[in-house]
Amino acid sequence: MVSGAALEPPRKLSEAAARAFHAVRAPLAAFAATLVLFGLFMAVIGRNPFAIYAQMFRGSFGTWFSCQNTLLRAAPLMLTALATAIPGRLGLVVLGGEGAFVLGGLAAAVAGDLARAHGPWGMAIAMLAAGVSVGGIWIAIAGVLRAYRGVNETIATLLMNYVAIALLNHFVEGPLRDPASLNKPSTLPIGDDNMIGPIPGLDVHWGLAWGVGACLVAWFLMNRTLFGFAARVVGGNVRAALLNGLPVARLIVIATFLGGACAGLAGSLEVAAIQGTANASLVAGYGYTGVLVAFIARQNPLAVIPVSIIIGGIGASGGLLQRGFNLPDATVNVLQGILFISILVSETLRGNAFVLRKKRPTGSPTSLTPSSASPTSPSGPGPKPKSTTAVAA
Amino acid sequence: MSAASGVGLAVLGGSIRVSTPFLFVSLGECITEKSGRVNLGLEGTLVMGAMSGYGVAYLTQSPWVGIVAAGLVGAVLGALHAVLCARPRVNDVAVGIALMLFGIGLAFFIGKPLIDVTTPHLPALSLGWWSESEALRSALQVNALFVLGLVMTGLVSLMFRRTRWGLVLRTVGESADAARAMGYDVNRVRMLATIAGGFFAGVGGSFLSLYYPGGWSEGLSSGQGLMAVALVIFARWSPLRCLFASLLFGAASALGPALQSVGVTSGYYLFNAAPYVLTLIIIVSTSSNARALMGQPAELRIGR
Repeated sequence: MVSGAALEPPRKLSEAAARAFHAVRAPLAAFAATLVLFGLFMAVIGRNPFAIYAQMFRGSFGTWFSCQNTLLRAAPLMLTALATAIPGRLGLVVLGGEGAFVLGGLAAAVAGDLARAHGPWGMAIAMLAAGVSVGGIWIAIAGVLRAYRGVNETIATLLMNYVAIALLNHFVEGPLRDPASLNKPSTLPIGDDNMIGPIPGLDVHWGLAWGVGACLVAWFLMNRTLFGFAARVVGGNVRAALLNGLPVARLIVIATFLGGACAGLAGSLEVAAIQGTANASLVAGYGYTGVLVAFIARQNPLAVIPVSIIIGGIGASGGLLQRGFNLPDATVNVLQGILFISILVSETLRGNAFVLRKKRPTGSPTSLTPSSASPTSPSGPGPKPKSTTAVAA
Repeated sequence: MSAASGVGLAVLGGSIRVSTPFLFVSLGECITEKSGRVNLGLEGTLVMGAMSGYGVAYLTQSPWVGIVAAGLVGAVLGALHAVLCARPRVNDVAVGIALMLFGIGLAFFIGKPLIDVTTPHLPALSLGWWSESEALRSALQVNALFVLGLVMTGLVSLMFRRTRWGLVLRTVGESADAARAMGYDVNRVRMLATIAGGFFAGVGGSFLSLYYPGGWSEGLSSGQGLMAVALVIFARWSPLRCLFASLLFGAASALGPALQSVGVTSGYYLFNAAPYVLTLIIIVSTSSNARALMGQPAELRIGR
């Protein structure tokens, strides 16, 4: 990558460029593969893939209006992605963003109603604080169970999403229902004057600033502080972390709280800036799309920002696709699913192991070539070059 | 008849009815996990099975052809999972999540025109002919797929314990190195186990659209595929215990509708959350930081 005779500064520069290229090579390949696969799928069902991609670009970044629509969708994704990405650095797979989002929104609606006497600012502070704490505690429950009982956090958080949605439905249709909401059961509206407004010059509400800010803070926390270093040690090798006396259980609980707090914040912003009340519209899949964003960003909070904008753009163009090409609304989900799978498979192209769960044996250099371990290769017994899947018990 | 016994009967009947998809998905996941791999994507397989089973049953006017088609679609998704996981450095848990989202999205995409059509339903066996009670007779309407599930439970259990195939499968799940030393291709065994798991999950999905709740809609599955994965942990990787756990989960799922049918409507959503809470309680009470679960395949990472 670097010519041997290069001087000190240029070498550093080209090394940085090489590293940057190395970091984006696999995701770029995955994006390209997704475009080809989805294009083929569209061609098979008789649509022109090029026309579809052109329309998607118009619907996501083509006009000022669509750009704002994209940013509007990207804002909650940044926060829900952090719900997966922050614990992800400790090697946990948390999928509970949806539940924390929903409960954060519900808590915000309740807190806003209680803080009515304190004016718009008091209400806004109460709503966001309620969302942050309820969302944080919700995912921290899974963190506590993981840390002190060894409960698998992936399954626990997935199940808790269903419980959270049931709680929302129960309270919105029962004890907290606004009698005036007939067709769509909702909590008492917080009132138009008390909603969080747009960022000056934009139609996008302040949630975007919260999202970007949270990603920057999370990046600083995970990459430039002692906490982040300890967390990444846990993600690399739990046993080494324990032997070095790191408080693994406490780190897990804090990280899950922070992740849940971000998703809860997103839910409270959805209520405080868009819906104005808590109802079933909160269950819009922002949590699950956030999981996708976190995995594409490889659990890197800084990368979450651009990835959220791209995925938000895909979502923003969904409406145009439905109307313009007579495609079902699940088209976006299919595209996202293909992208998710491609991103995971692209890990094969990487030279270094994916920080996801427990660290696997990095394997011999031969395992760097993806073709060396074809699943159907009739190699029979003998040590295979690959050592992935479930070997690291 | 008192309300309590009415609820009891409704829960009993509901348990048998609702448990069938749980049973098939958990049997499938049990086979996959015995080989030392986790397929978290069975929720997506279940939904794809429900959609394709319904579609094929509509086209052929035969629910049985639909079931087979659903199983084959599930097997294809299982094969996809296996192929992806066999690549170096690809995480099986993450691939499962991706396939779950992909399967659900694809099923909604393809299944859009199926929302308005009707198909012949699966037949049911009336085991309550001897009773005078209408409620008991309806509770003992046992669908044919549940009976098939009972048979499969026995067969899978026998396969694990009494056949060469089962021995190889368990060896791969307990120690990939030992299996390799004995000359078995670990990847191929895991691939076959994942394909079989996908087939079962697809069949379980077809039950949702072809019998109960019946029809195709985007809200058809309520996470049965996910709960079944937790259920396998609860059942400690034993097919027979999978059957009992499925019945238990079916009973928990039937509680909400049963209470509603006798007029208890407050807290309807909370009762509907019962199976998820039950699952959570069960995995919390069976997990431990100090040791792996009894009966857990040593190559498996999901149990802890």
